Amino acid sequence: MTAVLRAVGLTVTYGTSVVLDDVDVEVGGGRWTTIVGPNGAGKTSLLRAIVGGVGHTGRVEFDGVVDLSVRARSRTVALVPQIPVIPPGMTVVDYVMLGRTPHRGVFAAESRRDRRVVGDVLNRLDLVRFADRAVASLSGGERQRVVLARALAQEARLLLLDEPTSALDLGHQQDVLELIDELRHESGIAILATQHDLTLAGRYGDHLVMLSNGTVVAAGSAREVLTEANISEHFGAKVMVIDDDAGPIVVPVVPTSTS
Amino acid sequence: MTPDLGSADAERFVVETRRFPLGWFAVAWVALAAAVLAGVTIGPASIGWLDALRELVDQIPGVHIDSGLGPAQAAIVTKIRLPRVVLGLLVGAMLSLTGAAYQGAFRNPLVDPYLLGIAAGAGLGATLAIVSGLGTGTGLVDPVPLAAFAGALIAVVISYAAGNIGGRSTVSLVLAGVAVASFLTALQTYVLQRHSDVIREVYSWILGRLATSGWGEVVLLAPYFLFTCVVVLRYSHALDVLSVGDEEAASLGLDPRRVRAIVVVVASLGAAAAVSVSGLIGFVGIIVPHAVRLLVGVGHRAVLPMSILVGGAFMVFADLLARTVVSPAELPIGVVTAFVGAPFFVVVLRTSSRRAW
Repeated sequence: MTAVLRAVGLTVTYGTSVVLDDVDVEVGGGRWTTIVGPNGAGKTSLLRAIVGGVGHTGRVEFDGVVDLSVRARSRTVALVPQIPVIPPGMTVVDYVMLGRTPHRGVFAAESRRDRRVVGDVLNRLDLVRFADRAVASLSGGERQRVVLARALAQEARLLLLDEPTSALDLGHQQDVLELIDELRHESGIAILATQHDLTLAGRYGDHLVMLSNGTVVAAGSAREVLTEANISEHFGAKVMVIDDDAGPIVVPVVPTSTS
Repeated sequence: MTPDLGSADAERFVVETRRFPLGWFAVAWVALAAAVLAGVTIGPASIGWLDALRELVDQIPGVHIDSGLGPAQAAIVTKIRLPRVVLGLLVGAMLSLTGAAYQGAFRNPLVDPYLLGIAAGAGLGATLAIVSGLGTGTGLVDPVPLAAFAGALIAVVISYAAGNIGGRSTVSLVLAGVAVASFLTALQTYVLQRHSDVIREVYSWILGRLATSGWGEVVLLAPYFLFTCVVVLRYSHALDVLSVGDEEAASLGLDPRRVRAIVVVVASLGAAAAVSVSGLIGFVGIIVPHAVRLLVGVGHRAVLPMSILVGGAFMVFADLLARTVVSPAELPIGVVTAFVGAPFFVVVLRTSSRRAW
């Protein structure tokens, strides 16, 4: 089976500093890959390079095709940014409708199919009661679901999620991640997400990639990647990793003060 | 393959076909019609509104009805007042539409069509034409509007060339516009200081006026008006997409820089054409789109056409005040738009429950 995404030798430089250096990533259809790594490791730059938001060298293939046009790419891959720009005053339904742009084109009016897809997404994500509210007036958790809804309205085969839970409390973190997991099982959409909560990173998804200083330093299952040695070396953190049935639990170790 | 989302739901939410404020559009059309009728009826020579209406209907090709007006009165309606009303309509519509387009393209509610130096460039062009004595109108065409138009376009070209060096940010473009405007205003002030004999004439131009001589100005402006309307309205969805920022817009399949360049260049052309025949009428380009957003929300599909209607009606009413309040003298229309528009806007701002920006 062809991978939905195959990035080979991806390199991103800002001025003279190399933020992403020769990175390979692959995501199969319906699979969930999570990128972990310390601040500044290049996680966001990797997503931006894949979605075309930043200049890069290296090859990005979607379904085996290189150099998709901007519009074809926007039908294949959808992005949920870490801090989305919320247009003041825009209603939820109009905001989610923006996700139909790759299909309707910039100059065409919205079609019945566009309205049906938006209606379905709002239903699925339990956003119907907010349809006519301004996005900016919603709480953080509701807003995150709305941004996710816009991405789903793109009907892309690959969803890029940049720290989807960073602004949410524990309950809403679980809700969003569970929802994403359900969606990929329902629809076969592939997920590439960044995540800085390592325990959560180990719970959701099939495959982990650890970035540090712009290069891949570990890749594999959660147990293979989330080791005390890896975390200590690349995050500079003192942690204890507890091996739970559902995945590794990463616990910070507080240095005991001398009494 | 298409993700199948929520098809099992029994009660499905249906997105309405027309999330479009038709009611407000009806109100705007009525306001515009009332403005036009008031504009041709009210003035030193008294003409009944019903007679004026009949005379207007009689102007429609293929329709012939007797208005009951004598030839002199009919001429006042169709040859003196109507051209001025139509010019006001076009100028107001154009400044409002281009203001809304600029605000969308720059994602900034405080910019207006004069942002990239159009006002300063047009002011300098007009000043140079008047100072050089070309403005006395002996030739076939009045050179002042042409000079103003050229000055405005040159200012926009310089701003765009200077502002795009910095790369992606719209801020550098805005700053370049500020710099170009300051520079050209300085030049204009210098020229004016050296020729203080024409200060009155230049200021009368700068403060804006809709004085017409027949249909000439309308004919000059109409092609730019149509072109700007057609292109900018076509970009209404693109401007909605642009409102989520360049990077997200690109992820939705849009080329944000290209869209911004096209919208800004076409809007500038339209605004420059309006300014060249009317002088610098401030305030309209910011306030009308703002008021419209408070009424119909932020979607450009409604905001852009509503701005055309409301801007046109607003300018016709403002001109009516300008030429009647101190009749037989006239107030500069730029003074009226600000004097009437500002309090009106504060009222709209205070009473509206919508937060547009």
